[in-house]
Amino acid sequence: MLIPFFYMLREGGMKTSIIELLTLLEAMKKGLAGQSVDDFYYLARTSLVKDEAQLDRFDRIFGAYFKGIDDSLTDLMQEIPEDWLRHQAELMLSEEEREQIEALGGFDALMKALQERLEEQDKRHEGGNRWIGTAGTSPFGAYGYNPEGVRMGQQGSRNRSAVKVWDKRNYRNLDDSIELGTRNIKVALRRLRKFAREGAADQLDLDDTIDKTARNAGLLDIRMVPERHNAVKVLLCLDIGGSMDDHVRICEEMFSAARSEFKHLEYFYFHNFIYESLWKDNRRRHSEKTPTLDIAHKYGSDYKLIFVGDATMSPYEIVYAGGSVEHWNEEPGAVWIKRLLNTYPKAVWLNPEPKQRWDYTPSTKLIQEIMEDRMFPLTIAGLDEAIKALH
Amino acid sequence: MADSKFSGTSSYIATDDLTMAVNAAVTLERPILVKGEPGTGKTQLAIEVAKSLGRPLHEWHIKSTTKAQQGLYEYDAVARLRDSQLGDDRVHNIGNYIVRGKVWEAFESEEQPVLLIDEIDKADIEFPNDLLRELDRMEFYVYETKQLIKARHRPIIVITSNNEKELPDAFLRRCFFHYIKFPDKETMAEIVDVHYPDLKKDLLREALEAFYKVRDVRGLKKKPSTSELLDWIKLLLAEDIPPEVLRGGDSRNAIPPLYGALLKNEQDVHLFEQLVFLDRRTNPQ
Repeated sequence: MLIPFFYMLREGGMKTSIIELLTLLEAMKKGLAGQSVDDFYYLARTSLVKDEAQLDRFDRIFGAYFKGIDDSLTDLMQEIPEDWLRHQAELMLSEEEREQIEALGGFDALMKALQERLEEQDKRHEGGNRWIGTAGTSPFGAYGYNPEGVRMGQQGSRNRSAVKVWDKRNYRNLDDSIELGTRNIKVALRRLRKFAREGAADQLDLDDTIDKTARNAGLLDIRMVPERHNAVKVLLCLDIGGSMDDHVRICEEMFSAARSEFKHLEYFYFHNFIYESLWKDNRRRHSEKTPTLDIAHKYGSDYKLIFVGDATMSPYEIVYAGGSVEHWNEEPGAVWIKRLLNTYPKAVWLNPEPKQRWDYTPSTKLIQEIMEDRMFPLTIAGLDEAIKALH
Repeated sequence: MADSKFSGTSSYIATDDLTMAVNAAVTLERPILVKGEPGTGKTQLAIEVAKSLGRPLHEWHIKSTTKAQQGLYEYDAVARLRDSQLGDDRVHNIGNYIVRGKVWEAFESEEQPVLLIDEIDKADIEFPNDLLRELDRMEFYVYETKQLIKARHRPIIVITSNNEKELPDAFLRRCFFHYIKFPDKETMAEIVDVHYPDLKKDLLREALEAFYKVRDVRGLKKKPSTSELLDWIKLLLAEDIPPEVLRGGDSRNAIPPLYGALLKNEQDVHLFEQLVFLDRRTNPQ
C-alpha cells in the first residue's frame, strides 16, 4: 500500500526515499496511525518530509491523492518565482516602496489594495486559469499566490487537517530562507580551503611532544602549535541591480555560503561593470564609495578575486570612456578590470546566466576574453571548475 | 512502549502533530529532528519529554568547535603522559584515560534515556555525517581499548536545529522531522495560561492582540517569539499595566508599553516606530 502515493510524492518533486517510506510503514504497523486520517497525515508528514520548505508541497500532494483528484502534477512542479517572496520581505524596507505606500494612502490602504487584488485573482482562478499565474511581476506576487486559489476545490476533502494546515499556508514563507540550498555551494567552496597555522601557539602538538619527549630521554618536553585556520582570502565583487534581479537568489546563496566558509572575505558591489569605485552598502551606494585603486592597494595579491555578474550589458559599457549607465567614467571599464586582474592573478568570473546563452551576448564574449576564459557558470559544477582555476 | 505516550505536560503545550512526531520517534526508537523559529521551545521539548516519560535526560549542547568524537569519548593523552612522568601506576591501563562523552553516557544508562543534541547546526558541516552509524546502530568502537560500546537501551534522541546550516540527506533520512510552527492565538493562549495561570482574561487577550500585531509587521529582522511574549507578560504583570493601556483606544496609534521585551534589534524598533508614525500621519483620528 501507499506505493502510488510514494510515487506521486516523487513525481511532485519531493525528495522522499525508500527508507522513509519503510519507516512510515513500520510506524503504521505498530499502530501509530490507527485512529484517524489526521493521525495518519501527521505521521506521514513527520516521516516523509525532512525540510520545512517542502511541507506545503507535501500538503498539496497529500490533499490531491486522498481526494482522488489527479489534478495536474505539472502545476506542483512549478516553482513559485522567488521575487514574489523577496518583495514581500522588502515591502517595508526600501525607500521607494515606503514612498509608494504613502502615495497609496498609508499602510492600511495598501493592505486593502492588496486584499482587493487578492479577491480579484481568486475569481480569476475560479474561472479555471493556472493558479501560478500572471502576477509574477507584481510586487504583490506573494499575496497573489493565494491559498484559496491554489486549493482548487479541495475544501471538504476527507483529510481535514491537510486542508486546514494548507489553508493557513503556514509554511510558504519558509521557502525564502537564504540558507536553504547552500550546502552544495559550501561543499564546493570548501575545496578552496587552505589550512595554515597562524597566531599564538595555544594547542598541544601531540606528535611533536611525544617525539621530543622520547628524544629527551623520557623527560617531558611539551610542544605547542597555533590553531589551524582557513587561510584563504577572498575578494568578492557582486553585480547588483538591473539585469541581475533574476539571479538574486542564487547570488544570495553564494554570498551566504561564502560568508560562512571564509574568515577573510571582503565583498563589494558594482553595477554592470567595474569602474573607478565600488561600494559596500547598496543603500548608500552614491555616498559611500570605495575607490577601486584603494581596494587594490589595501588587499594583497594573495586574495582570490571572484566576480559575480551576468556580464550582460552594452559593449560600450566595457570598452568606452563614459560608457557606464550610471555616471561619467573617465576611463573605460576594461582598463579598470585589467588593473584589478594585474593585482590579483587568481581571479574568476561567475556568471549566473546559462552557459549556452553566453555566445549570444557580445559583452559576455568580451569579458570572457578579458578574463582569459576564466568565466564559469554559477552552478555547482561551474563553481568546482572555478575553484580549480583559483588554485 | 504503548503505555508511555507523550502528550504534553502541565508546563508544555504540545500540538497534535508534535505529539505524533514524538510518539513515532519513541515507538520506532529513531531520532527526532526539531526545527523552528528561535524561542518556540525546541530545547524545552526534550526536557519535557524526559519529564513526562520519567526518563533521565542527557544534554549535549553543540558549539561551533564541537566534534562528533567528543560526544562519544576523548582520549586524554596529556594526562597519560603526565602520569608516566610521575610514575603513576594508572598509566598501564589506557582505559583510565578514556573520557566518556554524552552519547556514551546515554548508551550506558540503566533505563531508556532521553538524549538531547542541541543546536546541531552550530557544528561543522560534516558533524551530522560523523554520527550516522552511532545514531543508526546505536553503537561505536573505542579504538584505544578495542571495545565496542552498544547502547543498553536505544535512547530517545531529540535533535534541535536553527537552520543555520543545512543537514545532509543521509542524516535526515534516519530521523523523524518536525517543524514547530509558530503557535496560533488559541494555542498561544493555552501556553500563556500554563505559565501564568492567574492572568486576567482581558489582559491576556489584549496582550496577545498587541503581540500578534507586532509580529505581523513586515520586514522585522527578528520577530518576537513565544519566549519573548512570556517575558513581556511577566513585565506587564510586574509593572501592573492595565489592559486598557494595551488597547490604547484606537489600537493602531499606540506603541505597546515595554516593547523592548518584544523587539530586540534596534533596526526593528526603529522600523516599528516609523510605521506607527506613518500610520498616525496618514490616518489622523
